[in-house]
Amino acid sequence: MRYLPLTDADRKAMLAKIGVTDIDVLFADIPLDKRLDGRLALPKTKGELEVERELTRLAAHNVPAGSVPFFVGAGAYRHHVPATVDHLIQRSEFLTSYTPYQPEIAQGTLQYLFEFQTQVAALTAMEVANASMYDGSTATAEAVLMAMRITRRNRAVLAGNLHPHYRETVETLGRMSGHDIVSLPPAPHGKEDLAAQIGGDVACVVVQTPDFYGHLHDLTALAEKAHAAGALVIAVFTEAVSLGLVQPPGAMGADIVAGEGQSIGNALSFGGPYVGLLATRQKYVRQMPGRLCGETVDLDGRRGFVLTLSAREQHIRREKATSNICTNSGLCALAFTIHMTLLGETGLRRLARINHANAVQLADRLAKVPGVEVLNETFFNELTIRVPGDAAGVIEKLAAKGVLGGVPVSRLEPDRPELADLIVVASTEVNTDGDRAAYERALREVL
Amino acid sequence: MLIAPIEPRTSAGQTVASDAPTFSGNRGLAVEEPLIFEIGRTDTTGVDLEEPAPVTPRLGKLERTTPIGLPGLSEPQTMRHYVRLSQRNYGIDTGIFPLGSCTMKHNPRLNERMARLPGFGDIHPLQPLSTVPGAVALIAELSRWLSELTGMPAIAMTPKAGAHGELTGLMAIKAALESRGEKRSVVLVPESAHGTNPATAALLGYRVEAVPARADGTVDVAEIRKRLSPDVAALMLTNPNTCGLFERDVVAIAEAVHAAGAYFYADGANFNAIVGKVRPGDLGVDAMHINLHKTFSTPHGGGGPGAGPVALCAALAPFMPVPYVKVSDPAGLTPLRYVEHASPPSPRATPASPQAPSASGERGSGRSFGRMCAFHGQMGMFVRALAYMLSHGADGLAQASEDAVLGANYIRASLSDLMSPAFGDRSCMHEALFDDRWLEGTGLTTLDFAKAMIDEGFHPMTVYFPLVVHGAMLIEPTESESKQSLDHFIASLRSLADAAKSGDTSRFKEAPRFAPRRRLDETKAAREPRLRWCQTLRV
Repeated sequence: MRYLPLTDADRKAMLAKIGVTDIDVLFADIPLDKRLDGRLALPKTKGELEVERELTRLAAHNVPAGSVPFFVGAGAYRHHVPATVDHLIQRSEFLTSYTPYQPEIAQGTLQYLFEFQTQVAALTAMEVANASMYDGSTATAEAVLMAMRITRRNRAVLAGNLHPHYRETVETLGRMSGHDIVSLPPAPHGKEDLAAQIGGDVACVVVQTPDFYGHLHDLTALAEKAHAAGALVIAVFTEAVSLGLVQPPGAMGADIVAGEGQSIGNALSFGGPYVGLLATRQKYVRQMPGRLCGETVDLDGRRGFVLTLSAREQHIRREKATSNICTNSGLCALAFTIHMTLLGETGLRRLARINHANAVQLADRLAKVPGVEVLNETFFNELTIRVPGDAAGVIEKLAAKGVLGGVPVSRLEPDRPELADLIVVASTEVNTDGDRAAYERALREVL
Repeated sequence: MLIAPIEPRTSAGQTVASDAPTFSGNRGLAVEEPLIFEIGRTDTTGVDLEEPAPVTPRLGKLERTTPIGLPGLSEPQTMRHYVRLSQRNYGIDTGIFPLGSCTMKHNPRLNERMARLPGFGDIHPLQPLSTVPGAVALIAELSRWLSELTGMPAIAMTPKAGAHGELTGLMAIKAALESRGEKRSVVLVPESAHGTNPATAALLGYRVEAVPARADGTVDVAEIRKRLSPDVAALMLTNPNTCGLFERDVVAIAEAVHAAGAYFYADGANFNAIVGKVRPGDLGVDAMHINLHKTFSTPHGGGGPGAGPVALCAALAPFMPVPYVKVSDPAGLTPLRYVEHASPPSPRATPASPQAPSASGERGSGRSFGRMCAFHGQMGMFVRALAYMLSHGADGLAQASEDAVLGANYIRASLSDLMSPAFGDRSCMHEALFDDRWLEGTGLTTLDFAKAMIDEGFHPMTVYFPLVVHGAMLIEPTESESKQSLDHFIASLRSLADAAKSGDTSRFKEAPRFAPRRRLDETKAAREPRLRWCQTLRV
């Protein structure tokens, strides 16, 4: 087997050194009657070519986003990732390294994490960011628990326009860990009175902008009311590129920001691995979950980086830790950092403007189709349309015509028939005018 | 896997003789590299983007007008910056990475190629299911492998990492207990467990009760029996445990746990020792997460991403989180049914037309406890893990486990005369554990020894874990090492051990001398946290 360097002669020599005659002696602690002895219903070793054939055949059953006019978003976005990013993240020393617990030989990882933390803090206009979470949904759930630790309150209010998967993730963790999670009903027109929900027992209000339906929100007034009541505002985003054009949560009074970083540097990959972003105010940093990288000096006084404030973490604090999280999303964070470095402020702003312009053009085209209504007054690169009848059926018919036209809301909200005629539609820089024309044409045909 | 914080040394170190200064601070190929914030400019970009079409913005009054503070670099500068950073890292491709409990094995590049096929890498989690049957089939196929290897009927695929898998498993246990009307409040965790075990139990509101280890490093079934009561929800046990030993009473432990009406959770971090040799399900395990980034070769990537699917017994399977593939036929020949929603169809939900099962996911029975994360889990890792499993086959996987165990015992046997094995001459599984008794009188610590290994060109073993062994050194070579590599490693450690015992302390106290950095001041980092660059950017 090509991954196993030991020869039979090696094995024999090693057994002799150990002083046993048979490998099975080393497995003697396993109860004899439970041992397998090769009776698994699985195939035998395969060569690289065979494996490649088999998996390529499986992959061919899927329709890649890049092969069709593609307008699917709702929490994951298809952007162009420069070739440099994918090359660099496959450098052995990044790809095959471990969590930087031996900082003297992990300065590469630590320095990019420090750069990542700084970029995320700047992007969200917050003071500090951690070295990444699993994804946006789990970052949001962790943010809620963090707010409860800070406020010593047990109730969280989730905006109705929070991504439904994020809502379910928070509800699951909340219910299972004994916290009170109040989820408001969806408001696809974008009008919600969240401030009315803030009582003296509320730890935090969780609000997404751009929200699941694409609407943008000014959080300033909400933050003032929340702070007056002793509650925190958790701002969530699923499209990081939006922060190149839209007012950041930190400038609107958010206390914690939880977001998905996939759309910068990372492939769609059917939903994972992605990279969760978590940022907050300096004063809350000791209640943060996850790894933090900090600057220090070595014995010779040279600048270096280490993982720090680890007294928050499970490997030191065990059951008293702020979270059970151990693994982060290091390599996806690296992809984010490299792509962001290539973009720079100038590139990010331009990329964001292209996205917005493409979505505006798409909205204008779709609004012309008879029976279609665009619900949004504001949006970044994603918006919601109402179609006559069943949106899931429309999406399926569009797919049959070779257009992936968005996400029917019923896919995520099957219990709400009032949303069954809505489609969330995204347009990024990858869409051409030809793509938009194809969408409009196909939609006219299927309606 | 995890290491206690380093005791910092704040005094200035002595200059090493070969350390004559250079003008640039560089040392040949070891190049110093500033932060992007010190070399980039906000008006520089490494991407060429067209001018956006002129449109009337629909941003309300929410346009971002103030500077963001993000420097850019041109493409060649970016390439050079990150290549230089990469050269300051040690990876598996650099050399042996004997980090105990972390299973740092070879990461085949075929896995990377497969994960990047457009049919896997460029598909959206919410495009119609009718356009991604191959993705659902891949998830089903990986579940089938994991199910067969664990001997457990159901796999919850969505957990994002090992600790997330632990959370999933304990949630399933909690939900199952609740469904029988029971509210139990205690989780038993051996002292040698990973920190994630108690942290996970505490996160779900359980009181953690520690189970002491026997002198021989394993758990005593009598100690568990003593603590079992109608208030115990679960036992969390790592097997092989973090001392590198197989819990030989595991069957009796499982029976005792079950007799008390509790569940047996196994931490699968050390699964690599037993894949293809024994199935946790056959030992009485009810739930176990599998770290695809350990056992099944997906890259650790400097700390992540991982993937932590959880194998569940029949009693826990109905509670597993959505989404999941429902495989009615074990051969996977029937059309796959993909369940995306926990709740059964509610009477009030009658969509305009019935949902085509091919367009979006089905509804569950209503017993699922909920959702762990958005979308379907770590698909990119699923592809890599399956590529690895297909390559090995059942025979190769068993051989890999044998070689991993063989390598660890070879190291143990080759060092036990100079260093002190934590549990005497007893053979180990895939990792060899030493304590620091052998350093007594040398004035050196485990940490000093580990840092001296860096100067010899090795990544150190796991140190100070497990906590139950004083000054622990946990060595896991994995099956990826050739005999030459192991022999070189052993010879180097023997030479270091000799040096330690012969009073050559400066070599250890000053170590590392030849790494990109010498020992770093961790106290300063924690006392004066500087968690971001914060000077003025060049514009």
